[in-house]
Amino acid sequence: MTDTLLEIDRLSVDYETARGDLKALRDISFDIRKGEIVGIVGESGCGKSTLISSILRLTAPNTRFRQGEVRFKGQDLLQLPERKMRDLRGADISIVFQDPMQTHNPVLSIGQQMLDIQHRSKASKAEKRARAAQMLGAVGIPDPEARLDQFPHEFSGGMRQRIAIAMALMSEPDLLIADEPTTALDATLEVQIIERLQELQQEFNCAILFISHHLGVIAELCDRVVVMYAGAVVESGEVREIFHDPKHPYTRRLIDCDPGHIKERARVLPTIPGEVPDLANLPGGCIFRDRCDLATARCVEVPPLAKLKEGHHAACWLNHKEAAE
Amino acid sequence: MAKSRSELGQIITGVARDPLGLMGLIIVGTIVFCAIFAYWIVPFDPVGMNIKSRLQGPSWTHLLGTDQLGRDTFSRVIAGGQVALQVALPAVFGAMAIGLTLGMIAGYGPKWLDNLLMLLFDTIRSFPTVMFALAVVALVGPSLQTVVFVVMATSIPTYGRVARTQTLTLRNSEFILAERSMGASMTRILGVHMLPNIVGVLAVLAAMDIPTVIALEAGLSFLGLGVKPPTPSWGALLKDGYSLIRQTPWLVVGGGLPIILATLGFTFLGESLRDVVDPKLRKQR
Amino acid sequence: MTLLDVKNLKTSYGPVNVLAGVSFAVEPGETYALVGESGSGKTTVIRAIAGLAPAQEGSVKFDGQEIRGASERTLRPLRKDIAMMFQDPVGSLSPRLTIRSLITEPYRIQGMKDRDLDAEAKRLLEMVNLPAHFADRYPYQLSGGQARRVGVARALALKPKLILADEPTAGLDVSVQGELLNLLNDLRERLGLAIVIITHNLNVVRHVADRMGIMYLGRLVEEGTTEAIFKDPRHPYTRCLLSANPEPDPDARLERIALKGEPPSLLKRPSGCEFRERCPFAQEICTQTPQWEVDNGHGLRCLAPLHQGRAA
Repeated sequence: MTDTLLEIDRLSVDYETARGDLKALRDISFDIRKGEIVGIVGESGCGKSTLISSILRLTAPNTRFRQGEVRFKGQDLLQLPERKMRDLRGADISIVFQDPMQTHNPVLSIGQQMLDIQHRSKASKAEKRARAAQMLGAVGIPDPEARLDQFPHEFSGGMRQRIAIAMALMSEPDLLIADEPTTALDATLEVQIIERLQELQQEFNCAILFISHHLGVIAELCDRVVVMYAGAVVESGEVREIFHDPKHPYTRRLIDCDPGHIKERARVLPTIPGEVPDLANLPGGCIFRDRCDLATARCVEVPPLAKLKEGHHAACWLNHKEAAE
Repeated sequence: MAKSRSELGQIITGVARDPLGLMGLIIVGTIVFCAIFAYWIVPFDPVGMNIKSRLQGPSWTHLLGTDQLGRDTFSRVIAGGQVALQVALPAVFGAMAIGLTLGMIAGYGPKWLDNLLMLLFDTIRSFPTVMFALAVVALVGPSLQTVVFVVMATSIPTYGRVARTQTLTLRNSEFILAERSMGASMTRILGVHMLPNIVGVLAVLAAMDIPTVIALEAGLSFLGLGVKPPTPSWGALLKDGYSLIRQTPWLVVGGGLPIILATLGFTFLGESLRDVVDPKLRKQR
Repeated sequence: MTLLDVKNLKTSYGPVNVLAGVSFAVEPGETYALVGESGSGKTTVIRAIAGLAPAQEGSVKFDGQEIRGASERTLRPLRKDIAMMFQDPVGSLSPRLTIRSLITEPYRIQGMKDRDLDAEAKRLLEMVNLPAHFADRYPYQLSGGQARRVGVARALALKPKLILADEPTAGLDVSVQGELLNLLNDLRERLGLAIVIITHNLNVVRHVADRMGIMYLGRLVEEGTTEAIFKDPRHPYTRCLLSANPEPDPDARLERIALKGEPPSLLKRPSGCEFRERCPFAQEICTQTPQWEVDNGHGLRCLAPLHQGRAA
């Protein structure tokens, strides 16, 4: 397992609130290998944002790490002193956020901001500037040298997101976390960003943790997929396995819901009735039980995230029955 | 109406949970209580002279001693609190109400009206408060009403500007557009939909403003531009104490301490109020 | 009789002309989708129809009555018949009002105070499948999907003839998005509503719209039945938009047509065909200005139209 870059091991995270502990993440385990693109899919409230902030250790003050480890190159990030963690952020692990309109400081030129993030480098100012221009060129900004002197408001949303990617890749990180980077963009720009990320991933060979609720984007970009629901991993595996042979009812129904694969006009679109359970007051048993049409008596117990075959895990009792027969 | 009361209840509970807020609440509560029930609390008539027992130090009879006319300082402090609140509350709430109305009109109304109101606000703000007070006193003579008027007039622009900025931010929000798309009138939009979202911010500002106004009243009274003697006021106490500081320090203490306490109390309350009101606003975004 | 007839609608903010002449018509009971990238002017179109954005030229006829530039007094009775839905499900609800007050707001605005508002609130919540106790909640206590249902309930309160919906599925999870579209489809059939829906999500368009118009730089470039446009897009821009639709299938064979560059600035509109510089199919003739031509109900603004996805 020498090629494992990031390993999330049985991670549980709570938020202390006035209503009691909100169990935002429960027993999360998955890993990312070097140079691999892993997608995390999940709807609102599934714990995507808590997961990212836990990896970067940029959590809110009421966050409590209950158990588990976040191992990056074998080192548990949760135990690392803050100073070491600061060295890691932006150097070994970079992030691209959802809203490109709010990522950049509006009063500094793009060039200035790209020089500033090279503060760790010993290179001269001219060298840093050349590197900034080269990165802008790499993400497809035309005439990069001249555009370095422009301010964020002089760029369109799609360009700003590409600049954010350029800035995140500048330190040649081992891991790029992309938090819904295309959600705020039109479909045409979304496609541009995905294609750009694919090219850059080949060029820089960094691993990407790509978070999205858009199944089409995940299917197109990712090698492996982790499906999250209400703070737990319900399924993980190769992208083809997940989309062609989902083993958890939630995954299956999520894919069914996407109108993207229903080519004829449907009178009634499939949905998942019901609500995500209250994380401060967990119902017990399988987290998806209340909304699942296949739930049985056994589902009052929490199903473990079991290995079905190499690289495909799912947390559902249905698979156990199959295995037993 | 029941709804707004429960919301007020939530805010008060929120403030009381925060230690500084609780302290502010206690201090302000005490000051307000003393001001309301001053008549029953004071051991002596605050304006009753007793030359025989003049300039005494603290004793069980006179908790804070007496002044040069033998008046009980403790009684004058309590009664002065009444005066301070009589100036501060109407001045601040008057300024808030007028500022809020004008500010919302400036923010929501046509551009020319906005420009006109802003010009008016800036003109008022360009007068130094004390100069303005001097001018008004010269015209109508010193009185409680004069102080209230001066303070109110000079603070309207502050509230007006804040209300205008809030209105400008809100007017392009989708829920206001939604109301307009249903044909809601301007009074309805301003009164029902904007006001409740602006008033919280201004209430915090007002709580922080009250000590400033109390100090201003004291300052004006100190200069002889405020309430007329023998009406007790914290400023007047300070003024008397200042000239008699060689004979007794207790008059200065009597006038200064309540001002400090009131300032701390209202500031704590205001800061805590801001923390309680703000996260809720953020949550609603 | 045509319910909504928009003709040559133009809007400028100073030198920026956001709408450069938009025309389309919607029949009673029909769903019409306006599609395009951000900045194409789709939001401005529906806001201008509702009198929330200025429109300096053109005409908007609702039920035969001209409403462009009409005063609020003239518009108020018509507001019963035209309801709007905004992008942000929670943000379009006044934050300090209860759900009961919010969904009965239209009655109060229209002065129908003699109604039993509690009963109406109950009826409306039931119609959008929300439990009755939601009436006492505040917007910030709702999820996106629930808030969106409240928005639908309010839009339907006065039984309008037309709904103008701006990205009604934005910010909703896919599992909830389906519920909303089903609800809209169902209500439209039962109540005979006409809907103008704005979206950049083409998957949504396919399932709700009868006809669609594609906007680019404040103009329609193509218009037709949804079926025809999905099957045989004639304008290269439409073709690009349709191809830029990620498929939820890792093995999908994508015939993607990349758009070149960025949308041009509205201050410097290109000469000739305005899409020319980004068009992968541009030809010499495209330096001339294309006119809007309608053939068998299919409108097109292109001098080198595609056929079956290929250049002719």
